[in-house]
Amino acid sequence: MIEARNVSKWFDGQRVLFDISAKFDTGKTNLIIGQSGSGKTVFMKCLIGLLTPEEGEILYDGRRFRSLDAAQKRQLRSEIGMLFQGSALFDNETVLGNVMFPLKMFSPLSHQEQLERAHFCIKRVGLENADSKYPSEISGGMQKRVAIARAIALNPKYLFCDEPNSGLDPRTSILIDELLSDITHEYNITTIINTHDMNSVLGIGEHIIFINKGHCDWIGNDHNIFRSKSESLNDFVFASKLFREVKTFLEKEYESEVNEENQIRGK
Amino acid sequence: MPSRLKRQHKTGCEVYHDRISLTNRFADMIVSSIKSFGRYCMFLTQVFRVPEKWKEFFKQLIFEINKLGVDSIPLVIIISIFIGAVICIQMTINIVSPMIPSYSTGLATREILILEFSCTMMSLILAGKVGSNIASEIGTMRVTEQIDALDIMGLNSANFIVMPKVVGFVLFVPVLCVLSMFMGLLGGAFIAQFTDMISMENYVYGIQSFFNEWYIWYALIKTLVFAFIITTVAAYYGYYVKGGALEVGQASTKAVVSSSIIILLADVILTKLLLQ
Repeated sequence: MIEARNVSKWFDGQRVLFDISAKFDTGKTNLIIGQSGSGKTVFMKCLIGLLTPEEGEILYDGRRFRSLDAAQKRQLRSEIGMLFQGSALFDNETVLGNVMFPLKMFSPLSHQEQLERAHFCIKRVGLENADSKYPSEISGGMQKRVAIARAIALNPKYLFCDEPNSGLDPRTSILIDELLSDITHEYNITTIINTHDMNSVLGIGEHIIFINKGHCDWIGNDHNIFRSKSESLNDFVFASKLFREVKTFLEKEYESEVNEENQIRGK
Repeated sequence: MPSRLKRQHKTGCEVYHDRISLTNRFADMIVSSIKSFGRYCMFLTQVFRVPEKWKEFFKQLIFEINKLGVDSIPLVIIISIFIGAVICIQMTINIVSPMIPSYSTGLATREILILEFSCTMMSLILAGKVGSNIASEIGTMRVTEQIDALDIMGLNSANFIVMPKVVGFVLFVPVLCVLSMFMGLLGGAFIAQFTDMISMENYVYGIQSFFNEWYIWYALIKTLVFAFIITTVAAYYGYYVKGGALEVGQASTKAVVSSSIIILLADVILTKLLLQ
């Protein structure tokens, strides 16, 4: 489990995160949602340790990130996998080379075992035939899958994903979401996904944190997100026409259900 | 607080400007230069650490020697031959006094090539080629989050990316320097061979006369220092890029300009130290 306690962050005297506290459970897909510029990427970078919050604490299964020494931090980093928004694949390495990279650098396995592990990860994300291709030769969706394969190569305990669906078509987005969800449950990983894609929210949002203007405005899951009383969350969730229509439909259904119940009670 | 300066704008409105004195601007520039230098030193302490895996380091080293060093050979050959030829022509045209022996064309060509061209001028040219290459490569890695990916994995990204480049280029640059000297002299020999400006015997006699071995060492020492400046300054600018493609281009330009100025400054200091 990862826990954030009263995390605050400033940039050039301007506060961008305000006392955010949240818990991210193991074996669940935890989503951080919010509008662009709301501070969710900054919050995620604070969680990973790429940025240091001025106030507050981050705990990885009880280990305070701030109190760890260099060796302990290195150990912790080897337990983290990260999927970046732009995939962040190494341009001069092939698909196999990218997946092999963390294994070569950190794994005690022999070369043959590393190869087997890399092939297993590549197969797991469904890219068996793309081993020898370079990142520039494959599609955006395939790049994301290579990045997932690289992120899980070292069997991470924690997986961070920064907008995994950005730039992908809806069908590929769903595939990536399903893959992340499957991997999370299969390997019992603490997965944190930073997104503003409502399809992801409804598809894999087992635990959701909504960040608005640097504040944590709402915590819930994909079942109760439509029933939230939070105005800022409703503005975010029902921003698209489709979701506004869904909302109207659900409200009408709810009203008709209430009317039916009242009629039955009246009789 | 800077004083306010009232002016009439062309639209008729009255506008106010902050009157910042030249002294303040100069002071700001000095402070920012000191800050940059401090950051550069901190960056170097990150770069020069024991590599995570020596095997990977040597693999990268060979790759960088090939990319930064071996790939620069054609440029060095072409430029050196032409500049050697031009220096030889200039010397022949300008040294026309009966008081000066005819072999002095070869002698002057050799001295210019060894003392300044093959080390300093060639380094300035390589600052353009190698420096921009390093700054743009590392800058692109930064903006596409590849450096963040390395950091997240727990790697010292500065050490992993930059050290093979610095070591590789510093190791290979003496080869480029000596090659440049040889090719420059060969360029002069072409003039002696294919024109009637100077005889080949006089030219060869000139380049062999009054030879001081220390000048070769002097050139090599300077080249090593310049290679270090080129690679580390370019890597520094690339590593700390923020933004996108535009900023990567700007960082690349800044890297070349800064390393060129530092090379010229170091040239003065090294010449004073090594030749006096």
